[in-house]
Amino acid sequence: MENQKKRQAAYMKRSLLDQGYLDEQFIHLEELQDDANPNFVEEVVKLYYTDSARYVRNIELALENGPYDFARLDNMMYQFKGSSSSIGARRVKRHCSQFQEYCNAKNIEGCRNTFQEVKQEYDTLKTKLETYFQMER
Amino acid sequence: MEMAQELHVLAVDDSHVDRKVIERLLKISCCKVTAVESGTRALQYLGLDGEKSTMGIDGLKVNLILTDYSMPGMTGYELLKKIKESSVLSKIPVVIMSSEKILPRIDRCLEEGAEEFLLKPVKLSDVKRLRDFILRGEGDDNKETEKNIKQVCSRKRKFQDDSTTQSMLSAVVTAHDIESSSPESSASSESLQPLSKQSKIG
Repeated sequence: MENQKKRQAAYMKRSLLDQGYLDEQFIHLEELQDDANPNFVEEVVKLYYTDSARYVRNIELALENGPYDFARLDNMMYQFKGSSSSIGARRVKRHCSQFQEYCNAKNIEGCRNTFQEVKQEYDTLKTKLETYFQMER
Repeated sequence: MEMAQELHVLAVDDSHVDRKVIERLLKISCCKVTAVESGTRALQYLGLDGEKSTMGIDGLKVNLILTDYSMPGMTGYELLKKIKESSVLSKIPVVIMSSEKILPRIDRCLEEGAEEFLLKPVKLSDVKRLRDFILRGEGDDNKETEKNIKQVCSRKRKFQDDSTTQSMLSAVVTAHDIESSSPESSASSESLQPLSKQSKIG
């Protein structure tokens, strides 16, 4: 039973890596785990969820009405991108970068559309990681 | 007072996630960590803000400051400048971390006296390399300490038992971890309490 769960978890992780949801940073984080700190990655990811909720909310508010402060939008997304990068959230990070490009171009519609994609990728990843950690425990 | 057997690193980063990760990297590398969320907090901790520092004894000496570049309020660069301008603290090596590889930024930091510029996400190999570099530079007759730390550190990783090694290393009171206000912040694993009054920086 135990081994089957482990195999499933390993398989899921492989799949998340292959499909580009995660990159090698996630693996680096797992390498930091040991018997004394077995849930380190899950703890980091939980922090990521908390921080992300805040970033997303703030960006949403800033996208609501003009005048749009693109420098501020860019900065907020930069922070979200940073956290995403720190846990290896590859797809989320990529969409964050796209958002930043639209900020540079001062294209609010582009920002809005890309932001929806960021949120979607984030939600997808969150769901998959929750499944993964359940298997891992 | 004899040199503390573990390096004490002050980590500065506004991101909860990054603070947690850097803290883990440093602990695995057998460093004592104090993690704060801003340049202002860092200066307070170091006693540079004019008010009395929360830490005032030798045992809490900081051997390395590892700071993020982009932070709200005071940037890592501004923090670096303040440290290098201080007669008391200018000798402490400062390393800047950033997720952006902007060459003029890197140059500016190095010119201002930063020891190194690390690209995020920071790797364990980066931290170990820093630790070894600092160990080599700290004090004159340090070869014995450097060897000891490396031996104990690799033993620690092998047997994966943090608590035993902690008490082996610290016979004297050294700094504890002051966590910034992070709900998930891992509690300090040290059983020794510092002599000075503790206040939470958060």
